[in-house]
Amino acid sequence: MLEILLFLAVFIVVIFPTGKYLYHIATEQRTFADPVFDRLDNVIYRICGIDDEGMSWKRYAVALVATNAAMVFIGYLILRIQFIPWFNPNGIGSMEASLSFNTIISFMTNTNLQHYSGESGLSYLSQMLVIIYMMFTSAATGGAVVMAFVRGLSGTCRNMGNFYRDLVRNTTRVLLPLAIVVGLVLVSQGCPQNFSANVTVQTIEGKYQDIAMGPIASLVSIKHLGTNGGGFLGANSTTPLENPNVFTSMLEMLSMMLLPGAFVVMFGLMVRDRRRQKAEKEGRKEGIVLGSEAKPVFAVMFAIFLIGLAACYTSELAGNPRLEQVGLNQDMGSMEGKEVRFGIAQSATFTTVTTSFTTGTVNNMHDTLTPIGGMVPLINMMLNFVFGGEGVGLVNMLIYVILTVFVCGLMVGRTPEYLAKKIEGREMKLAALCIIIHPLLILGFSALAVAVPDGLAGITNPGPHGLTQVLYEYASSAANNGSGFEGLADNSLFWNVTAGLAMFFGRYLSIVIALAISSSLMLKQPVSESIGTLRTDTRTFTVSLFMVVVIIAALTFFPALVLGPLTEHMILWG
Amino acid sequence: MSKKTKTAFITADILKSSLIGSITKLNPIYMIKNPVMFVVEAGFVVTLLLCFFPNLFGGDGNNNLTAYNAIVSAILLITLLFANFAEAVAEGRGKAQAESLKKTQKDMQARILRADGSENIINANALKKGDIVLVRAGELIPNDGEVIDGVASVDESAITGESAPVLKESGGDFSSVTGGTTVASDWLKIRITSNPGESFLDKMIALVEGASRKKTPNEIALNTLLVSLTIIFLIVVVTLYPMAVYSGVHLPISTLIALTVCLIPTTIGGLLSAIGIAGMDRVARFNVIALSGKAVEVCGDVDTMILDKTGTITYGNRMAAEFIPVRGVDAGELVRYAMMSSVEDDTPEGKSVIELGEKLNGTSVEKVQGMEFIPFTAQTRMSGVDLPDGTQIRKGASDAIQNYVKEKGGSLPEDLEHHVNQVAEKGGTPLVVSVDNRILGVIYLKDTIKAGLVERFARLRAIGIKTIMCTGDNPLTAATIAQEAGVDSFIAQCKPEDKIRAIKAEQANGKIVAMTGDGTNDAPALAQANVGIAMNSGTQAAKEAANMVDLDSDPTKMLDVVEIGKQLLITRGSLTTFSIANDIAKYFAIIPAMFMVVIPQLQVLNVMGLATPLSAILSALIFNAVIIPCLIPLAMRGVTYKPMRAEKMLARNMLIYGLGGVIAPFVGIKLIDLIIAPMLAAMGM
Repeated sequence: MLEILLFLAVFIVVIFPTGKYLYHIATEQRTFADPVFDRLDNVIYRICGIDDEGMSWKRYAVALVATNAAMVFIGYLILRIQFIPWFNPNGIGSMEASLSFNTIISFMTNTNLQHYSGESGLSYLSQMLVIIYMMFTSAATGGAVVMAFVRGLSGTCRNMGNFYRDLVRNTTRVLLPLAIVVGLVLVSQGCPQNFSANVTVQTIEGKYQDIAMGPIASLVSIKHLGTNGGGFLGANSTTPLENPNVFTSMLEMLSMMLLPGAFVVMFGLMVRDRRRQKAEKEGRKEGIVLGSEAKPVFAVMFAIFLIGLAACYTSELAGNPRLEQVGLNQDMGSMEGKEVRFGIAQSATFTTVTTSFTTGTVNNMHDTLTPIGGMVPLINMMLNFVFGGEGVGLVNMLIYVILTVFVCGLMVGRTPEYLAKKIEGREMKLAALCIIIHPLLILGFSALAVAVPDGLAGITNPGPHGLTQVLYEYASSAANNGSGFEGLADNSLFWNVTAGLAMFFGRYLSIVIALAISSSLMLKQPVSESIGTLRTDTRTFTVSLFMVVVIIAALTFFPALVLGPLTEHMILWG
Repeated sequence: MSKKTKTAFITADILKSSLIGSITKLNPIYMIKNPVMFVVEAGFVVTLLLCFFPNLFGGDGNNNLTAYNAIVSAILLITLLFANFAEAVAEGRGKAQAESLKKTQKDMQARILRADGSENIINANALKKGDIVLVRAGELIPNDGEVIDGVASVDESAITGESAPVLKESGGDFSSVTGGTTVASDWLKIRITSNPGESFLDKMIALVEGASRKKTPNEIALNTLLVSLTIIFLIVVVTLYPMAVYSGVHLPISTLIALTVCLIPTTIGGLLSAIGIAGMDRVARFNVIALSGKAVEVCGDVDTMILDKTGTITYGNRMAAEFIPVRGVDAGELVRYAMMSSVEDDTPEGKSVIELGEKLNGTSVEKVQGMEFIPFTAQTRMSGVDLPDGTQIRKGASDAIQNYVKEKGGSLPEDLEHHVNQVAEKGGTPLVVSVDNRILGVIYLKDTIKAGLVERFARLRAIGIKTIMCTGDNPLTAATIAQEAGVDSFIAQCKPEDKIRAIKAEQANGKIVAMTGDGTNDAPALAQANVGIAMNSGTQAAKEAANMVDLDSDPTKMLDVVEIGKQLLITRGSLTTFSIANDIAKYFAIIPAMFMVVIPQLQVLNVMGLATPLSAILSALIFNAVIIPCLIPLAMRGVTYKPMRAEKMLARNMLIYGLGGVIAPFVGIKLIDLIIAPMLAAMGM
């Protein structure tokens, strides 16, 4: 318990300086590291012919999609020809076509859903040139999106910024340095980082076992920092090779929480702040830590995170009554599928973190979580804004903020406005579309999967647990989380293609729509504010926002959750 | 201040037409404009078909669902009728007004005066702009126009609902008459100012009938939200079916339709257009005609109000209270010239100068043959007469007269400044009187602030609306009045251009500006302002430039209109919140009911302890239907509005409509269940 609280305290402390740093990156202000990075970036700009011209939202979106598409094309080719003997000491063959499609979409969309196992499915060349490379670029893409989005809301810009510059700056100034540091710490704790072939050793039981080798530490560091989540090995961060001890487990959690948390801080600094405005009027300079507009956003995210964590932790701690009945002691909690070195607290926290921050890495088996313990990650992904993935989580939350502003704004007797911009038909249309996509992908594909033989073939557990597995698969895909509930026989044409589509639409549709909303607000004439205006940085608004997100999400997914985890829970305890 | 005509919420006539309306509105072509209710209608058709063809959708061999299907389709039909009824009632109240107006317009006759002096009786429809008509006592004024001769009292109740006749005379503020009103006494000669079909009456009929009603921008945005919620819930229900089949539950189609209808925001969907129509109607009840629904909505957003001092803040008919001669001028001389300057001046000020003069001097001044009246204009800011002997008498704003006299080579009396300032400091308006290049003295025009205005401005400040007073007065007078009335700022010595400049400056800061006006001078400013309210007594140009017309010509009503605009938005937001919050209880009624047969453990979710699955589903559906008529009065009347800070208002409305919306259906559904469960049991269901 105490370790969780201390850990969360550290999280809160580190996101503030990081957020401020991101703010400087997004607004191109001076930072201490400029002398190094300016030179590096300028070389890249010169080689790639990148200028610093601002883009409209359409150009920004086109640049984003085109860049991602080019990366997908190259990555797909590498996966198909990875049998070549370059960086392939284990002699891995090429990947099958539909699996390659699924994998490449999965990594480009920051999802990292894996229908393969790294140790048997990928050569080191693929791990580095496809997986690690995409982990950097997809995370940087997310960072670019949130920066452009917030620029639009900030009221100080007339364009969305330059996508290429954002991509480069996010990679070189944020992800690379952090990844190097985290990677070295992981190596110091025992993570392998080499190009050797797998080692076969005789264990103390006298049996032979293959021990995986390869550039593991460099993958694991960016896997978490970029909220990617795809493991080097099939068993992801449950294995000692990716996650040697409790310290690395905490470090990995912190890595995935750092940037999504810091983006909220960045948002608060980029948009207007009531105290700063007041100070400027009085001619003072006011140092702000968490901008006033970021407070409700952070509070709601953190509250839902804590509720989820508490639910998951208590449920896992309660153990499994059926196992108790057959004489298995449950005093330690439900330890099935968990690593003994992590225990309930570390496992429950990791599970909540990896799904609310939509990373998708795991340090325990989610399939064997108790029904309520498994529902928490499921709900986190259905919401997709409890901090969320690198960048896009905040964007999703802000879409809900716009929705809340619309309803609450009316209730104070003015047509709704957010950050001094009127929210009208066009913004509502786009925001609504953004909100519809997510349940449509999750519920639509889940319904399809349980209705057609190809889908049913993948379900290995009948009954409510099977339904939970299906919901989890698509929630994980649509939210670009990538963690697997596992237990599904999901490497088939049906599952590869449907999950691939869920990932693709879940990522790009919402990104493009979000950019359109932001630009639409950006180009509006700002309206003045008075005490009759709805303030979006108050406690009342925070409570309203909480209610709106909980009610809308609960109303949408409640029936499915009833048939899945809730039924399972009631059967288990009933 | 404003007169609110109290009307019964619903009359027998309106009830009758609304009942018919609620059935004719079932036409799907009409219904599709309201997608939320269209989904309900589609559900109704499907369940109705299922009553007769139970195996329409393949069926599950279960034929004893006919009664259930019939009940569900009946409740859906009632839901639709309730929603249509709400809209029809709102329209009906306007329509009743329109009907009586139309009756007035029909067979209206006009006595046209030809250029040769002959009189002809013609049909009012044949009147053209510029025609001159004579209207005698007891006759209807055939079309909008301006009085050119005569004084008469006019009964405007047909349009304003106000029974006390108003005085109409040529010149000044009371020269504009509206077609359809009746001359109560004496006679009027009127120049017609609008062509047939374009009169104010025609516009009003079209408006109250709702013929020209377009969805407002905010309604469109809210509708988008409601449609997307509907789509989300359709996704939820459609995908629930295969998941339920997977879980071993075959849900009857009617149950799925019942769930859909319960979840989609039918409450607000059914009441939305009624709220909009009722908002315009409420404005109309204040005797203000909004020329579009958008105008009412924008009122809620007003940040700045530009108010004329005269008529709005003060009673306007500033009365001469004292004549103050400058040193060396005889009081009697000042009075005589002051009266002479006003002899043809039919402004209230001019008339009051004559009145006071007659009282003081005991004599009246006769018109001199051949004297030429120089009317007041906003540019010269003075009026007067030129006598045939060349004497030029002027009275007007202090600085205007000073410049005028200086131009003519005259000198300024030393004590003039002192007298002028004294009057100004008392909050009065000083009028300086001059003869040729000689200044005689000052007329003290007294001005009083309307009762209750100070409190109203305080209310406005509480909701963050800034008030700017415009006045032709000098800065000193303006400051005194502004302070007394409690307005936030003022523009003294204001010319019409200054008003437009002030509006533009506010708008450049992103503010929404409202103003009232009556004169032709005001037309550009009325058009520039986001909300322009023209006085009915004002000129035609002003009325055309405005987006609202105040029939009582009471400028303070702008304050009421703003509050109505806010109330309209609050009502929409609150009912939306209520509607969405209702869904929680409905879920707890329907979801366990759907699956309890196969998964008995779900009984835990039946928190309301509803009797049977069937009664649970029907109770939720019935609640969903009856909540619409229950809320019609609220939709018509609007949510109670008290000025307060935005956060407080949000907290209050969230508590009432958000939390209330969560709790109310739990109670309501349980009650309905208690009533219908025995009935269903008796029917053997």
